[in-house]
Amino acid sequence: MTTRIDTRFAALKREGRAGLVTFVSAGDPDPKTSLAILEALPGAGADVIELGMPFSDPMSDGPTIQASSQRALAHGQTLVKTLAMVREFRATDDATPIVLMGYFNPIYVHGVERFLIEAKDAGVDGLIVVDLPPEEDDELCVPALKAGISFVRLITPTTDAARLPAVLSNTSGFVYYVSITGVTGTAAPDFAAVGRAVAAIKAKTPLPVAVGFGVRSADDAAAIAAGADAVVVGSALVAAIKGSLDANDAATSATVEAAERLVRELAAGVRRAQRPAAE
Amino acid sequence: MSIVQQPNSFRTGPDERGHFGLYGGRFVAETLMPLVLELERAYAAARVDPEFKRTMDGYLATYVGRPSPLYFAERLTAHLGGAKIYLKREDLNHTGAHKVNNVLGQIMLANRMGKKRIIAETGAGMHGVATATLCAKFGLDCIVYMGAVDIERQQPNVLRMRALGAEVVPVTSGSSTLKDAMNEALRDWVTNVATTFYCIGTVAGPHPYPMMVRDFQSVIGIEAKAQMQEAEGRLPDSLIACIGGGSNAMGLFHPFLDDASVEIFGVEAAGHGIASGQHAASITGGRPGVLHGNRTYLLMDVDGQIDEAHSISAGLDYPGVGPEHAWLADIGRVKYLSATDTEALDAFKLCSRLEGIIPALEPAHAIAKAMELAPKLPKDHLMVINLSGRGDKDLDAVARHLGGKL
Repeated sequence: MTTRIDTRFAALKREGRAGLVTFVSAGDPDPKTSLAILEALPGAGADVIELGMPFSDPMSDGPTIQASSQRALAHGQTLVKTLAMVREFRATDDATPIVLMGYFNPIYVHGVERFLIEAKDAGVDGLIVVDLPPEEDDELCVPALKAGISFVRLITPTTDAARLPAVLSNTSGFVYYVSITGVTGTAAPDFAAVGRAVAAIKAKTPLPVAVGFGVRSADDAAAIAAGADAVVVGSALVAAIKGSLDANDAATSATVEAAERLVRELAAGVRRAQRPAAE
Repeated sequence: MSIVQQPNSFRTGPDERGHFGLYGGRFVAETLMPLVLELERAYAAARVDPEFKRTMDGYLATYVGRPSPLYFAERLTAHLGGAKIYLKREDLNHTGAHKVNNVLGQIMLANRMGKKRIIAETGAGMHGVATATLCAKFGLDCIVYMGAVDIERQQPNVLRMRALGAEVVPVTSGSSTLKDAMNEALRDWVTNVATTFYCIGTVAGPHPYPMMVRDFQSVIGIEAKAQMQEAEGRLPDSLIACIGGGSNAMGLFHPFLDDASVEIFGVEAAGHGIASGQHAASITGGRPGVLHGNRTYLLMDVDGQIDEAHSISAGLDYPGVGPEHAWLADIGRVKYLSATDTEALDAFKLCSRLEGIIPALEPAHAIAKAMELAPKLPKDHLMVINLSGRGDKDLDAVARHLGGKL
């Protein structure tokens, strides 16, 4: 079965460039603006969308994404509303892959089976669930694969060669390499080390490798895109949204444009990356 | 209707994946997973190393001051007019609470693993103080994450940690209490995973923590069993302990779980009352979910967002509970009750006045339920209350609540 994720990465390969994966928190800063941002992302140059499912206790996120979750929750965002948002997005865009990213508890509480049926139906293509390592694959990963939803795994600098096959075993769609040991948006990656890590992963899997955590600028994106199949930008985009809000964290007329502007810059960075000739 | 299968023994858990029935597990980010597995291997090796046990027993005797006495509370018994009440005096340990039993074990393990930087979360500050104490003793760097609200209500412990050379980091995210301190400690751990050992203060977190902390705390129950044998020539009839995460309770309970004649009670913090919604009673008022590395009973809303807990006692102010307690609750081996802020304050006063022992607000919750149960029981009923910590740290808070009428 060919998924939106597969189709998109195949197209990127034909174009000979890396993709841009953009992360925003669903419902940040409010449901209506959040949907408008989501709908603007592909036009601005996003190839894949990671949509954060806000959680009260985001243990792997830095202050920027923590605050975006809080803004969304303060406006009443829920898992059900996040799925409804995907459904609405799909009414106008049936091509851009959407990967939901978050923590397990809201999904577990909603009910895994019910969640997978509703997510598939809404047009969700993949899941990234931070607190589900391969040791807990029975919980969601295996059921998701059965339901036709990709389970995108995080690989980190602490994942050693011995562990890598286990981490890759049930991964599908793409692999997400976390470029730093740390929480989102806090440290700058060492590009040379990232390049080596990506090469090591690509030696073990035919899946595309996306790299994220700590990518802030078009130059960062260009540097990562030289070796990776996609570049993930989260905190920088969330910070751009935050920067456009008023003193009460309410959206302004500049909010959607602030997100679009950064995504255009990052998309340009990805496109000017120096990449080895396609094999 | 589901019938819960009763096991042959209640003391064999967890399984190799860290599960106590439905609960437990290893719900952590991939960055931490290799370290969690390394910790599991290191603990498995230390656990069967006679030298590790010998060294630990030595420090427990000469540094912690164990065994802690099992004390017959004569006036409390007479006042309540029923069961014969014994207090297991964990408040007499060095640093003033049971927390040190676990921290000693974990710091010795960190030392074996070559980790020089120790992080911890703390609520009431007792775990933070114990961690700061042992880091000083072993010459390790110590960083303690503590909610800003808790820093405010537990100043004496903040000063103790600083005097011991620890860095106390205020946490202002979320509700600024224990769960947020744990989030922040996990963020630190993810960031500094190569150098850092996370010393968790209770029987929660990813496997092997719930098992490891339980094992280190089981010295409480092992001693109590022998001491009761010496004092009365038999087993106690009931055990009572307070439950936040539940480490003092698990330490007392675990050695008795297969003694069918022993009734066991855990007491959660009911705050302003379960019906008020402002409480910290995860088993009584919560449902199963996944947080901080394990599946267990949690306080949360319909969407799975974690609720803020409330208790007068900072040490119980946590919206979850150790996974082994969750399992023991489902299977019915332990009965979980709850005591309100007001009941705990009454127990705090009564124990102080009748026994000359100022209990921490945490075990005051256990005393409160003993006050309810004991009068209805015969005089030959032997009850053990785990007096898990001393109350000096709580005097300001108690005085505030009693409007100066302490």
